[in-house]
Amino acid sequence: MSLTPLHAIFALMSLFTVGGAVGVVLNRNLIYAAMYLVLSLFGIAGLFILLEAPFLAAVQILVYVGAISVLITITVMVTRCVFCKEPPPRQLTLVAVMAALVMVTLGFVIMTRFGGLTPAADVPADSIEQLGVAFVNPQAYLVPFEVASILLLGALIGAIFIARDDLPRDEEAVGGDDHA
Amino acid sequence: MSDFVIFLIDAAVKAVLIIVGLVLGFAYTTWLERRFIARLQSRVGPNRAGPAGLLQPWADALKLFFKEDIMPTDADRIIYTLAPAVTSVPALIVLGVVPFGGQISLFGYQTTLGLADINVGVLYIVAVTSIAVYGVVLAGWASSNKYAMMGGLRATAQMISYELAMGLAILAPVMMAASMSMSDIIDAQQNIWFVFLQPIAAVIFYITILAETNRSPFDLPEAEQELVAGYHTEYSGMKFASFFMAEYMKMIAVSAIFSALFLGGYRFFGLENLLGGWMGPIILFVKIVASLAFMVWIRATLPRFRYDKLMAFGWKVLLPLSLANAVVTAVLIVLDIIPSFA
Repeated sequence: MSLTPLHAIFALMSLFTVGGAVGVVLNRNLIYAAMYLVLSLFGIAGLFILLEAPFLAAVQILVYVGAISVLITITVMVTRCVFCKEPPPRQLTLVAVMAALVMVTLGFVIMTRFGGLTPAADVPADSIEQLGVAFVNPQAYLVPFEVASILLLGALIGAIFIARDDLPRDEEAVGGDDHA
Repeated sequence: MSDFVIFLIDAAVKAVLIIVGLVLGFAYTTWLERRFIARLQSRVGPNRAGPAGLLQPWADALKLFFKEDIMPTDADRIIYTLAPAVTSVPALIVLGVVPFGGQISLFGYQTTLGLADINVGVLYIVAVTSIAVYGVVLAGWASSNKYAMMGGLRATAQMISYELAMGLAILAPVMMAASMSMSDIIDAQQNIWFVFLQPIAAVIFYITILAETNRSPFDLPEAEQELVAGYHTEYSGMKFASFFMAEYMKMIAVSAIFSALFLGGYRFFGLENLLGGWMGPIILFVKIVASLAFMVWIRATLPRFRYDKLMAFGWKVLLPLSLANAVVTAVLIVLDIIPSFA
């Protein structure tokens, strides 16, 4: 197997992804950790491009880098300790156990359900059209798609309800779970 | 030479041309803005450096190069230094998917004017504009200054609020052309521009790009009465110039994107094929300058939004309107009432 430029790009993107993830875990400054997360997510977008899935890559950047990480960054900035250098408490053991669990589970599912590691197949030219049709096809992803949509809608309404400040303060809903 | 090397050289040359074009465009957009706004206010504007003040941008650039670079003691050195670059990069790369013309032939070498016409071009544009917010918010945080911080947070809230309406407004031309590729969208407008078929989407998109570039009347992040200079309060010298540059390069980039989505891009009813295809970039240039002049005109006309009004306008007016427009467009296309150019 000869080395092609694609191998070099793959190595670089993997470095971004894994190195960024390591940076998130080990960095004690929350803003830096958030920025390492952005780097890691960019690496994943690069890997999607290498797999000839530009749609997924663009959505990855739009949703994860452009929305979720921005929200994480804002959340860090509106905490009480915006400018202070005091590090948050470390929970490395717990994190390591959880990460190992996720990795073992994902690895198990990939090896058993999807027949292990397979080489990437040729991507059809109309992959975006196929994706769009699959979302509205009852044989394919219509039900999961609609369930996810309703879940998101519920979370949206819940977030608006919690954020309303014209509710009386003693109502039970105000003290509810604000992670929606 | 192998095809791969030719491809690399082709892409590199086009990328450099886009970047040089944007930087030169930035210099002369400042000139255009200062001269035009002076006219609107019955002043003369900069007219001493060179004929009609045309050398003024170079004088300003030289001045900024030689200015002292000051960094606050408490600033986060790495992020403070990186933030101006993080702001400039999205402005520089977003034009990568916009075609500047059709096929041309240069000394026997056939190529298309435009860097990469990818099939998810519109998504790429939305994705790149969504990461543009980082430079601003990081600059505000790294400065260790509460005004800068407030400016950065305001900018973030504003940009993510208007991004939604922008994405939904872009859906209209995407559905009309049945493609997310910029060149397909331009080709679909050969006979009639989408600004006439989708006027609501065009107006919403133009309003949201003003908000995304922090232009007046949406220049809340740098509201000087309240926030000194907003997120770039603590910046000086070339780092300040980078923010300035990024704002103007974004104006040029979004003007080009607006032209491509709603004004037929480089096409003008067949005129773009003159001069062996070189008329295309000239047509696009005229459209961009018209859009830039319109932005300056808006700045000279409208006062700045109040912050809560800005948020209410984005969430309660633009978002429902763009959503309704997208739904109505989709239904009309399915019913064959308005044509789809697939």
